[in-house]
Amino acid sequence: MTRLNDQNVALAREIIARYPKKKSALIPLVHLSQEQNGYVTEEAMRHIAELVEVTPAEVYGTASFYEMFRFEPTGKYLINMCGTMSCALMGAADLMHHAEHKLGIKAGSTTPDGLFTLQHAECQAACTEAPTLQVNYRHRYRVTPDEFDQLVDDLSSGKLEGEIPPHGTLGRNRQSIPADKAVGAVPPDEVDGAPGWVTITEADA
Amino acid sequence: MSAQGTYDWAPGFYDDGDRPQIVTSRFGYEDSHTLDRYLATGGYEGLRKALDAKPEDVHTDVRNSTLLGRGGAGFPAGVKWGFTPQGVWPRYLVVNGDESEPGTYKDRLLMELDPHQLIEGCLIACYAAGLSRCFLYIRGEMALAHERVAQALDDAYDNGYVGKNILGTDFSVDIVLHWGAGAYVVGEETALIESLEGERGMPRLKPPYFPAAVGLYGKPTIVNNVETLANLPFIAKNGSAAYTAIGTETSPGTRMIAVSGHVKRPGVYEIVNGSTTFRDLIYGDHFAQGIRDGNDLKAFVPGGGSAPWFLPDQLDIPFEGKQAGQAGSMLGSGAVMVMDSTTDIPAAALTLVKFYAHESCGKCVPCREGGTWLYRILERIVAGDGTDADLETILQVGESICPGEMPHASSERLGIESHPFPYKMTTICFVGPSAYVPVHSAMTLFPEEFTSRVTKREVRTMIPVTAAPVGGGA
Repeated sequence: MTRLNDQNVALAREIIARYPKKKSALIPLVHLSQEQNGYVTEEAMRHIAELVEVTPAEVYGTASFYEMFRFEPTGKYLINMCGTMSCALMGAADLMHHAEHKLGIKAGSTTPDGLFTLQHAECQAACTEAPTLQVNYRHRYRVTPDEFDQLVDDLSSGKLEGEIPPHGTLGRNRQSIPADKAVGAVPPDEVDGAPGWVTITEADA
Repeated sequence: MSAQGTYDWAPGFYDDGDRPQIVTSRFGYEDSHTLDRYLATGGYEGLRKALDAKPEDVHTDVRNSTLLGRGGAGFPAGVKWGFTPQGVWPRYLVVNGDESEPGTYKDRLLMELDPHQLIEGCLIACYAAGLSRCFLYIRGEMALAHERVAQALDDAYDNGYVGKNILGTDFSVDIVLHWGAGAYVVGEETALIESLEGERGMPRLKPPYFPAAVGLYGKPTIVNNVETLANLPFIAKNGSAAYTAIGTETSPGTRMIAVSGHVKRPGVYEIVNGSTTFRDLIYGDHFAQGIRDGNDLKAFVPGGGSAPWFLPDQLDIPFEGKQAGQAGSMLGSGAVMVMDSTTDIPAAALTLVKFYAHESCGKCVPCREGGTWLYRILERIVAGDGTDADLETILQVGESICPGEMPHASSERLGIESHPFPYKMTTICFVGPSAYVPVHSAMTLFPEEFTSRVTKREVRTMIPVTAAPVGGGA
């Protein structure tokens, strides 16, 4: 049930074909499964292992290295509060304290209704607009306690549904390479010789 | 409060002050990310010019521009391209869009606001260096950058700028947008390649030192930073002479710098490279405008969280690698973090030590164990539970990561001379040393904030363990 659905299998095959070696598609496919299920399930990892032709252990081995992959049910909205230096200098600790009170949970946990997961996060590349947070990896800048409350209220009421898709969805659009325009991925060992535009002198050297 | 900056759609970016703009020239347009705007403002003209020339001539011109890599190490891009072994194919381009160095905020803006400029830069690099496939690795936590770059790539494919027979020539390259998944260490180029191969993002053992020789799938691979590539359309279109006319001989062109922390106007600025000083940046009217609330400057981090700290003594140093290095630090990824007189120095250092300890990939013992110990010890010092022995332990742990003298700034107040960058290291990559750098800087430049924070170990009270009074009782 939590294997990739047919539509996502088709998408997965398209993504795999972009890489000279199948395993390179592993991380994008784990994202795809997280988008489908909200978190990364064992069944999905087994399925991805079949698709990229590695063992399930290899999929878990790679996936467990990365911060964004979650292996247990996660709130529809994952709120990441930056606490690295620039945000810390601008009051991140107080904002986190406020967030815990507003949501009624400690950082690292999920609200009982399954709507919000709150967690500590590291630098979000928005250091001039501190303190920052991300909801499902979408930035909010110079956040005040009042604005945090408003954000939670807007998310709860569904007001931000168009702007912020549920946890797991990386982008509202994704790259699609038209078949007639694609150069195509060739396994590295099957490439013989320089690409066409490289002049003969260099290719021969 | 919402984001600030000159434009609503460019959070934190300022372009007042009449500075030359090479990579941010379109940020003033609300539709800067679209193909229409790109084409209306000279977009893809650099590529057209490049395709009219021989690849090796384009490469030579980039080498002549002395464009320095913007990811942190500052290595000349044209020289790096030349490290690919002759006659070994295929060669790949991997774009490092994994921006996550504390304090650094520039590549995300370049991806969100001008994705076509980056795409054009990738194409020029591929053409010049004979790279036949490009992987654009974007940090997973940047949802908007993914959306904007994906859209731009779709439009570029549809209009013949990417893919088979680009602009009707025999130049054919795919650009594949790749999703990262959250790991700071992946910014190290061999870790980035591991991650792109579907592995845990751990840096590779060296040698081989350069992925240009042995990289993705064991093939020659150029790894370039987003900002580095974003400079190429300008160079290809206007020539290297126009590029070197800006900035200084050793540091030509411009750089994007984020100034954050306790300043009146934190922001991202495209600055003239090599000559702009830290004083300009922190106090200039068209930059950060001085310290907030009329406070004094206490210290600043000049080049991202990995860089040794500077004091007000170093304000007149320009953005030039050699001078910053002599003064005991580095320019890194173009990130200045400013601390005013109210800053709790050990606590500020703790935020960075925690970051690097958290981001250790676990491959090298000195980083995995040492970083974690530095974090734990510093945390208890900040909490008021540290002892004088802890201060010695920090130095011992640091010595095991970075043997020998550490780079540091000079201080007139303390009467100490600077020690130049870089340090020695026992780890494969810079994450390990980076956990020690902030606490070393803080302890060297503000020793009194540590000594006043700890108690003497020998005066600690002993913990009674007997249940009943010794020698009798009821």
